[in-house]
Amino acid sequence: MRVKYVLNEVLVGLWRNVTMTVAMIITMSVSLTMLGASVLMYMQVDRMKTFYYGEIEVSIFLNDDVTDAQRAAVEQAIDGSDLVKSKTYESKEDAFERFKVLWQDSPDFINSISADSLPESYRVKLKDPEKYAQFADGVQGLEGVRQIIDQRTLLEKVFKIFNSIQVMSLVVAAVMAFAALLLVGNTIQVAAYSKRREVAVMKLVGASNWFIQAPFVLEAVVAGVVGSLLGFIALFIGKVVLLDNKLQALTTILTPIPNGNVWLMLPLLAGVGSLVSAVTAWVTLRFYLKV
Amino acid sequence: MIQLENVTKTYPKASRPSLDNVSVGIEKGEFVFFIGPSGSGKSTIIKLLLHEVAPTRGKVVVNAKDVTSLRSWKIPQFRRSIGCVFQDFRLLPNRTAYENVAFALEVIGKTKAVARRVVPEVLELVGLGGKEHRYPHELSGGEQQRVAVARAFVNRPLILLADEPTGNLDPDTSIEIMRLLDRINRTGTTVVMVTHDSNIVNQMRRRVIEIESGRIVRDQARGVYG
Repeated sequence: MRVKYVLNEVLVGLWRNVTMTVAMIITMSVSLTMLGASVLMYMQVDRMKTFYYGEIEVSIFLNDDVTDAQRAAVEQAIDGSDLVKSKTYESKEDAFERFKVLWQDSPDFINSISADSLPESYRVKLKDPEKYAQFADGVQGLEGVRQIIDQRTLLEKVFKIFNSIQVMSLVVAAVMAFAALLLVGNTIQVAAYSKRREVAVMKLVGASNWFIQAPFVLEAVVAGVVGSLLGFIALFIGKVVLLDNKLQALTTILTPIPNGNVWLMLPLLAGVGSLVSAVTAWVTLRFYLKV
Repeated sequence: MIQLENVTKTYPKASRPSLDNVSVGIEKGEFVFFIGPSGSGKSTIIKLLLHEVAPTRGKVVVNAKDVTSLRSWKIPQFRRSIGCVFQDFRLLPNRTAYENVAFALEVIGKTKAVARRVVPEVLELVGLGGKEHRYPHELSGGEQQRVAVARAFVNRPLILLADEPTGNLDPDTSIEIMRLLDRINRTGTTVVMVTHDSNIVNQMRRRVIEIESGRIVRDQARGVYG
């Protein structure tokens, strides 16, 4: 009987104040969508880091007029460094082959370039890509070296953009969460007020505190769970429509988001949504239904 | 059964205490009137006994339990041993007489089956047999108060507290309610009643404790309003 009573009270409560309930659910779901998006983004950047950092190379381009002795000195410096995992040498001809593959769609461009105009280079993979500066110091000053390019700095720029999008969505999530909290608190107050007679009688005859509070708290939790479901659906649709279709070209560069990660958002959002609204409701009741 | 030991209660912002160093003992099965003018502090006694407010100083012992040191989560359990009736009845307007009494049982965890057995019995006892399915607005004041008494008594409490239960009723109806409280008292329930209805006090000839400005000025075994 008690479970049935509590559930019935919850449904009646949500319906009595239906506009407030809808507002609560909408703010909750927007906030949770933002939260989910930023968590997904965080996991994505992590995946991309491990994926790309394995592929990252440091390119050491040599001068056009480099002498054999200078080249040998550079090679020795690379081989002598214990930061290096592997190295490959790319001659002018190798570079031209790669160039032809890279620009195969624009034959005119290829025709206007000869192997001579491309620099020869060493491609070096470091054991730890973060130690680029230390490695570069050893090679930078050598005769015949024209330029050292670390691919990591290019990636860092991409990651920085990701980071700022992530921070932005976290900020939006926090602001919306704050609005959602206020709405939950207000809804609970209204609910408690409209049931003040029942509550007074319950206190008088000695109903336990949890029994008095449970319907109110569950009301907020139901709204939180519905909000998180909507938020999850929004995330999933967003992933399918935006990343898998409209921006597909981008995802081939950015490594695709696995569906498993998106599914992981469901328990996360539901958990955060219901916990936050339960705590808010409970705290509100402590002020409002003094026992 | 009830023991107040040097109880002082000062409400915040009040210039003088509502109860000032009050000590009184009430035995099991007694029927006690607290009388005195408005604002004398007699209603504060009911609030103290229910632990709606805590005393500023002193000790309140009810049913061998020190209410003052009662943990807040134990208060609900404690209140189940006390029935309570008020001047304004405090019935739920959208529930029938039966449902009002049953509600009190169900929210403390009794099953519907128990309610079906006990509620008609207690409504019969208070003289409302046949009116179980009337709503409060379909009942007279006296009948509403009977529902309230039934709700207070359905749990067979050891103590019945009544805060001016006849304050909204005409003299004849008041006497009927008093007969009812008297009958409940005869089942062994301790009854504590706060009132300033001199008629009733004079007719009942029970123990009278008079309070003035927060102090006990009279405690008489078979007293009158005076």
